[in-house]
Amino acid sequence: MNKLKNLNKFTFTNIQSYGIVLLAFIIIFPLQKAGLLGNQISGLLVPTCTYVVMAISLSLTVGFLGELSLGHAGFMSVGAFSGVVCAACLQNSIASDPLRLLIAIIVGGFFAGVAGLVIGIPVIRLRGDYLAIVTLAFGEIIKNIMNCLYVGFDKNGIHFSMTSAEALGLIDAKPILNGPNGAQAITKISTFTSGIILIVVALFIVLNLVNSKTGRAVTAIRDNRIAAESVGIGVTKYKLTAFIISAVIAGMAGALYAMNFSTIKPTKFDFNTSILILVFVVLGGMKNIPGVMIATIVLYAMPELLRGFASYRMLIYAIVLILVMLATNSSGAKQFFEKISSKIKKDENADVQNGGVSNG
Amino acid sequence: MDKSRMVPVPSNAIMPERDIDKTPILETHHLGIDFGGLTAVDELSLTVGKTEIAGLIGPNGAGKTTVFNLLTNVYQPTRGTIMLDGKSTARKTTAQVNRMGIARTFQNIRLFNNMTVLDNIKVGLHNSINQPLGASITRLFGYRASEKKSREEALQLLSFFGMENMANMQAGSLPYGAQRRLEIARALATHPGIILLDEPAAGMNPSETAELMENIRRIRDEFQIAVMLIEHDMSLVMNICEGICVLDHGKVIAKGSPEEIKANPAVIEAYLGKKKEAN
Repeated sequence: MNKLKNLNKFTFTNIQSYGIVLLAFIIIFPLQKAGLLGNQISGLLVPTCTYVVMAISLSLTVGFLGELSLGHAGFMSVGAFSGVVCAACLQNSIASDPLRLLIAIIVGGFFAGVAGLVIGIPVIRLRGDYLAIVTLAFGEIIKNIMNCLYVGFDKNGIHFSMTSAEALGLIDAKPILNGPNGAQAITKISTFTSGIILIVVALFIVLNLVNSKTGRAVTAIRDNRIAAESVGIGVTKYKLTAFIISAVIAGMAGALYAMNFSTIKPTKFDFNTSILILVFVVLGGMKNIPGVMIATIVLYAMPELLRGFASYRMLIYAIVLILVMLATNSSGAKQFFEKISSKIKKDENADVQNGGVSNG
Repeated sequence: MDKSRMVPVPSNAIMPERDIDKTPILETHHLGIDFGGLTAVDELSLTVGKTEIAGLIGPNGAGKTTVFNLLTNVYQPTRGTIMLDGKSTARKTTAQVNRMGIARTFQNIRLFNNMTVLDNIKVGLHNSINQPLGASITRLFGYRASEKKSREEALQLLSFFGMENMANMQAGSLPYGAQRRLEIARALATHPGIILLDEPAAGMNPSETAELMENIRRIRDEFQIAVMLIEHDMSLVMNICEGICVLDHGKVIAKGSPEEIKANPAVIEAYLGKKKEAN
């Protein structure tokens, strides 16, 4: 009986997580095919998928590893630009768009993983605030490197430069990455379906990891580092593993994101983007993957859908954020909601509505 | 808790004669550590046999826990060497020392409070389970077999302490005595050659202490490992320890069997103070 209960707890989270993705796909895919979605909403689909993947990736670092990373957009950036370069180089040799996208995403994930390793080795030895500050700095460093990186591809192969587009010496070709102007004339090959598949892959990796030997070690380190060391767990090794996996997923999301736009600039992946993702994760409930996904969808889509309010939209966004925090954290608000729900129960309403987005 | 476990405190008389393997598993030579100008432990030389139960006692602030921290390389010693089964543990990390064969519990319990009891033990089994990262992520390549093995082994350890019915409870929500037992079980899961128990009976009532004593003996007998414990409960120490080392102000003031320690004037002085000259 106990065994069954325990099993249910794990599978419940899994079913919830995969269920949300499946539901979103079932509802949106036919609408999109039928052309019933407006331009604005169709344009939001891939970015929303990307940010869901980013939030899942960051919840691995913040929720399960318990370290605050403020440079997650940096990994997204590495993934985005390496993915764009890869896709552009393969433009003529691979005709199939999905296959090229797949390779670009894998390459993006790989380079973000390398960046995660390089950054992780010094960073992961730090703890708490110090780790947050250093990841913030690394995020900015990545942004600035991308800002002066020129990459081109012609019949002689791939060219790199850190000074100017002319220094590439391209023959009959335009640079793929053009410093501060970023990547231009990207072939848009990201689709909603590919976004959904990437979410499922990210969920598969993170949810499996959590219930495994590696995941237990990571959770144990967060729970009690000294005790974890005393039972023979190499703290640095497992923190680094989780950090790199998180970076790889972020890089894959970045590649998908970039391939949805015709131009993308390095300044897109700045501190604000990192904080935005962190807000999704924190409001979604850190370790609560289904909650994180829902928070991302609502909070990402909302400012875009509020564009009608023009300059007031960020104000409304801020007010909603504060209300959500109050509703989930303040004891007064909790009592208020409890009163309402008990009243509803008294009125013999069988269906008690769940009030908020995030209850974690 | 069932009545059958409420065993009376055994007296010295019923202590059985055992074949104790006295070949050393743990040796320290002239071990010492300074914190700034303060010498916390000095000239500590002791030996623990392969299946011996050893006690480390002394008044508060004598440096007992510091010795445990030195043995597990939480602190690096300023002087002296530690030999574990003939190998030096110098310049190893705490995790590496654990893999070499020292497991420990803590004075203030350190469990993974947000994990289940079973998962706590599984974390202890970490290094004896072969599950590469690829298997963790994909759930293929022997994932099921390794998870099954760790589950079985963890349940076996829990049943050793009569805790198999608590397997799915959160570790932080367990009653105090069970938390202590779980911490010992987790340490045993790392397959150590010697287990260090830091005040295992702290905060326990007499029947729980009696049960603990029985458990410590069973650990030694069934796992065939050495036990070294810090304890203030003298009846426990005198009952189960074969060798006792008394520390005071970081220095060894007496070593020997329980009988020798009881009769040692230096020990009595350290605990009760000096006799007045006038008497």
